[in-house]
Amino acid sequence: MERIQMIEKEKMRLDHPDFAPGDTIKVHSRILEEERERIQVFQGVVIRKRGSGMSSTFTVRRISYGVGVERTFHLHSPLIEKIEVVSHGKVRRARLYYLRKLRGKAARMKEKRH
Amino acid sequence: MANFILARKLGMTAIFAEDSNIVPVTVLEAGPCTVVYKKTLERDGYKAVQLGFLPKKPSRINKPLLGHFKKANITGGFYYLREFRVEDLEAFEIGQVITVDGFKVGDKVTVTGTSKGRGFAGTVKRWGFKTGPQTHGSRSHRIPGSIGTSTFPGRVIKGKKMAGHMGNRRVTIKNLTVVEVRPEQNLLLLKGAVPGSRNSLVMIRKQ
Repeated sequence: MERIQMIEKEKMRLDHPDFAPGDTIKVHSRILEEERERIQVFQGVVIRKRGSGMSSTFTVRRISYGVGVERTFHLHSPLIEKIEVVSHGKVRRARLYYLRKLRGKAARMKEKRH
Repeated sequence: MANFILARKLGMTAIFAEDSNIVPVTVLEAGPCTVVYKKTLERDGYKAVQLGFLPKKPSRINKPLLGHFKKANITGGFYYLREFRVEDLEAFEIGQVITVDGFKVGDKVTVTGTSKGRGFAGTVKRWGFKTGPQTHGSRSHRIPGSIGTSTFPGRVIKGKKMAGHMGNRRVTIKNLTVVEVRPEQNLLLLKGAVPGSRNSLVMIRKQ
């Protein structure tokens, strides 16, 4: 078992900042187009973190031109250039699916005070 | 370079491939194996090499086996002995060590192992039969249903899929791709699943 964890540890991305559901983050992801490679920034609220080890993913939700868009990323994917935490949100559950029903003012996140 | 090896399944994980796609992999501890015996056409009727895998203390081995290992000039012995058919026996020598070096990334391999035992399993689990309704007065939840016709032929046809022992049998999986080879750790990473539980023995052959 430990040998598998060693392989995983080698390949994991340990450079990401800590973030949790409710946080607003910016994901800089690499988009591979034919020969060009460019970086796209996707900013939104983390509504879910799931899985453990290499296959763990997180989902970011944003409202784009009035339409809700959710993108799920592999946490350890080499396609993620970097993750920036914009703000820490104060939430009371781990899966924020209720945000899908909310629009505008109601969908705002309360900021965590330290 | 041998195109076969014995390995122990360590478990599964996932890694990101060159093209950044996530690939499910099985991690195997492959080798080092030692050639213990050569089966010859004259003596045994077929040509094969017998490999030993995972060293075992001499005090744990019975005397007949210990003598078998002694003939090959091996101190101690192995937990597992398995044969691989070969065309050219001259390419192998008794005592020769076979490592994971014979495999390289991109190779297609065949993996043979013993599947996990499921015990006495019903038709739903064993053959994928559909279940009956769970509610509305139904009492046919997981039963197999009719198993044949009436007076003609008056018996159940052979090979009818029915409940019985499932798993714990020899299973061969073909066309698994080698994703990574780590000779210094004797590790082999194959794409996809291989038969058996963790720590079970599998035989790997190159196609």
